[in-house]
Amino acid sequence: MSEILQPQSPGIPLPVPTIYSQPYWDGCQVGELRFQRCQDCGAITMDPAPACSACFSENLEWEVSTGLGEVYSWTTVWRPQTPAFTVPYVAVIVTLDEGFWLLASIINCPVDAVHVGMRVKTTFVELSDEITLPYFEPTD
Amino acid sequence: MAKHPFHDIAIVGIANSEQARVLEGHDSTTITFQAVHRVLADTGLTPWDIDGVAAGPFSGPLTYYMRNGPAWRNHMAPSIPIILDAASAIATGQCHTVLVAHGSAGIYTERASTAPWTRPANEFVVAYGMFTAAEFALIAQRHMHMHGTTPEQLATVAATIRNNGHAHPDAVYHGRGPFTPDDILASRMVSDPFHLLDCAMTSEGACALILTTRERAQDLPNKPVYILGGACDSFGPSYQHPPAWDLAGPSGRNNGYTGRWAAQKSFAMGELGPTDVDVCEFYDPFSFEIIRQFEAYGFCEEGEGGDFIMDGRIGPGGQFPVTTDGGTMSFSHGGAAVQQLQRVIRGVEQLRGTCVSSQVPDAQVAMCSNGGAGALFTDVMLLGTETP
Repeated sequence: MSEILQPQSPGIPLPVPTIYSQPYWDGCQVGELRFQRCQDCGAITMDPAPACSACFSENLEWEVSTGLGEVYSWTTVWRPQTPAFTVPYVAVIVTLDEGFWLLASIINCPVDAVHVGMRVKTTFVELSDEITLPYFEPTD
Repeated sequence: MAKHPFHDIAIVGIANSEQARVLEGHDSTTITFQAVHRVLADTGLTPWDIDGVAAGPFSGPLTYYMRNGPAWRNHMAPSIPIILDAASAIATGQCHTVLVAHGSAGIYTERASTAPWTRPANEFVVAYGMFTAAEFALIAQRHMHMHGTTPEQLATVAATIRNNGHAHPDAVYHGRGPFTPDDILASRMVSDPFHLLDCAMTSEGACALILTTRERAQDLPNKPVYILGGACDSFGPSYQHPPAWDLAGPSGRNNGYTGRWAAQKSFAMGELGPTDVDVCEFYDPFSFEIIRQFEAYGFCEEGEGGDFIMDGRIGPGGQFPVTTDGGTMSFSHGGAAVQQLQRVIRGVEQLRGTCVSSQVPDAQVAMCSNGGAGALFTDVMLLGTETP
């Protein structure tokens, strides 16, 4: 039985939102994974941006993702970036079912079970008054 | 009339400062100035023969202290794109002789953390403990999933490059080997699939180059090395967004093969193809990057890079010797930029016939690169002893 991956503890460096990413982080605080959709061409833009990454329109509106997706790539980290991080942790790129990528970490999963194609869903961990961080966990 | 403006530009001077894990008594400025003194000595030029400086944050201080103003300058940390800018500035008549230099010392002091240049803060990666090894691992794992590339193939790349550094007397890790692929696989895991010895090391040091016109090069002591071609592929900022292999726009050109289009342009400028390359001075931040580059540049088919690098093909005496000084894994890795210049310096040494490790006999064409898909960019230069 291998180790079960846990979220990081408070004390890690935290995101500093921008004017155009603040709605994304506000969404995390209420348990929503938000993304932008272009009202001109319909494409999704992620990470949050001031313009559509398909047609460069500024006409973007926020929607809420199902939070469901699958692992696109992964790496188990055994040498922490700084001592603030507890190893092992698994960084993943997840392809959400809506079709966008998100970089995050996997938790509530055995460390050696992560693989490309694994079905995952978002789960949120509060790290400060301002920042709640999205993680992924297995769907089953 | 040259067939391409780059062909009228020659690299006439190259130099390294001391390179070491830690350079006591130096900071980034003093070690860079040491490399500048050495490159002037290599060419026989004086500071007042230099009318352009591309040395990142040292461009201003160098021009001020050399009193070589008024001079052309570029303040970006120099690597292949800045060498190409310097060549373009000469080719368009803005200046005639450019000093390119960079160095780093005293930057990496908190050894409990990864090096500071490997972990730029960004709101979408900062809380997930990302650093360069993890970013490049996400690229490598995707390739392994798609094509069955193996840890043993990655380890073969790392052992080959580290053995080149083992043999190079100026390499920071001179004499540390020799290494077998099993030695690489036995080192501790850093970020799966990268073991410690699959990764770049960190060190301190500086280096410098001087570029001038073909015409002026004929009066200087060194055998001129000409720029046959060069171009740059970027897919966005490094280490801020998911480093996805399939990142692409409507063109369908994907980040996984960043460098492919720069290589195609470079080969077209030089009227060359991969089989004309005698030595591959490829950038080696992580072992997998070498496999990726052979596929990206058209040396082999997509997915075949893992098999391609086996059986001695990329080692000394092989068909495509890579990174002949030990690269960032063994020669030196001073920071965010300086070590990228080493690839071009080694390409020049190979074409001069003066590389002290893994010299390729009668090398006439060198392919040099910087970057990697984990950082969303790759830059390419082709160097030659003759031009088309």
